[in-house]
Amino acid sequence: MITGTPKPIEEILQMLEPYDTIILAGCYGCVTVCRVGGEKEVEILASTIRLAREASGRKIAIREVCLERQCDPEYIETMRPYVEDYQAVLSIACGAGIQFLAEKYMLTPLLPGINTGFLGVTERQGEWAERCQGCGDCVLHLTGGICPVTRCAKSLFHGPCGGSSKGICEVGKDVPCGWQMIIDRLKSLNQMDNYSKLKPYKGWNTSRDGGPRRIVREDMI
Amino acid sequence: MLKAFENGADGVMVMGCLEGNCHFVNGNFRARARLARVSRILETIGIGAERIRMFNLSAGEGARFAAFVSEFAAEVQQLGPSPINVARQEAAKIPTGEIRV
Repeated sequence: MITGTPKPIEEILQMLEPYDTIILAGCYGCVTVCRVGGEKEVEILASTIRLAREASGRKIAIREVCLERQCDPEYIETMRPYVEDYQAVLSIACGAGIQFLAEKYMLTPLLPGINTGFLGVTERQGEWAERCQGCGDCVLHLTGGICPVTRCAKSLFHGPCGGSSKGICEVGKDVPCGWQMIIDRLKSLNQMDNYSKLKPYKGWNTSRDGGPRRIVREDMI
Repeated sequence: MLKAFENGADGVMVMGCLEGNCHFVNGNFRARARLARVSRILETIGIGAERIRMFNLSAGEGARFAAFVSEFAAEVQQLGPSPINVARQEAAKIPTGEIRV
């Protein structure tokens, strides 16, 4: 899922300073699962903003909505009948959803209520960790299901490097060495021969080096 | 919890089971963690973290419940009306009145 963290309330209140009527838009997708932008978070943030503004002597009217997904046009369209009745939209979807709203509603200022994080997993309740950087050329079949691009701090393709000590990466004592994990996993799978199948270098042309990416599926159009 | 303040409460008590004795195992610990978040929000927006507190007791402790309520109500009385109620009273130009817990 796409993860994120709430923006500090002070930053949100500052963004909202020019406005007295807003829509606060959540998303039932990834941000609901990582507890940062779903229906419940919409209610909490709306209450917080209303309380803060009323205590400061200037009320704000908030319409609370939660879209099925802010990254699909059909759900964004459900806001069209009323979006121009409000001065701004504060979205707590991921950066993709917020931008898509901004594209569809050109006359309404869009404000981000969260900081979008990474593609990750729920390791346990309340704890998420990065697993994928969307490089566009997956090699997980060769690396025991552990991504060298994400799990190695240097995104090496020929680790472990000299910064690995007792299975720990030099960037932090809580960061396992991705390449040590890969080697251990390949050994346990009896697939160490995969180590020599890895490319000596990685082509990043499928990653972000060519600018924003696009997928076109002719069979789906 | 925040809705209670929006609805005019000057203080909010959250009652949980005794720690280690919750039917939902760690439900009361999670409630305490959620309350800590709300406390931080209240502090940040100027309402004050001291206006919300969690108490732990069993369903059979009526006298203890009453003591907790009296204790917290007295504390909130000392704090006075919440900034929300002050703003509302000023807006409505009515004198500061009864404290609500």
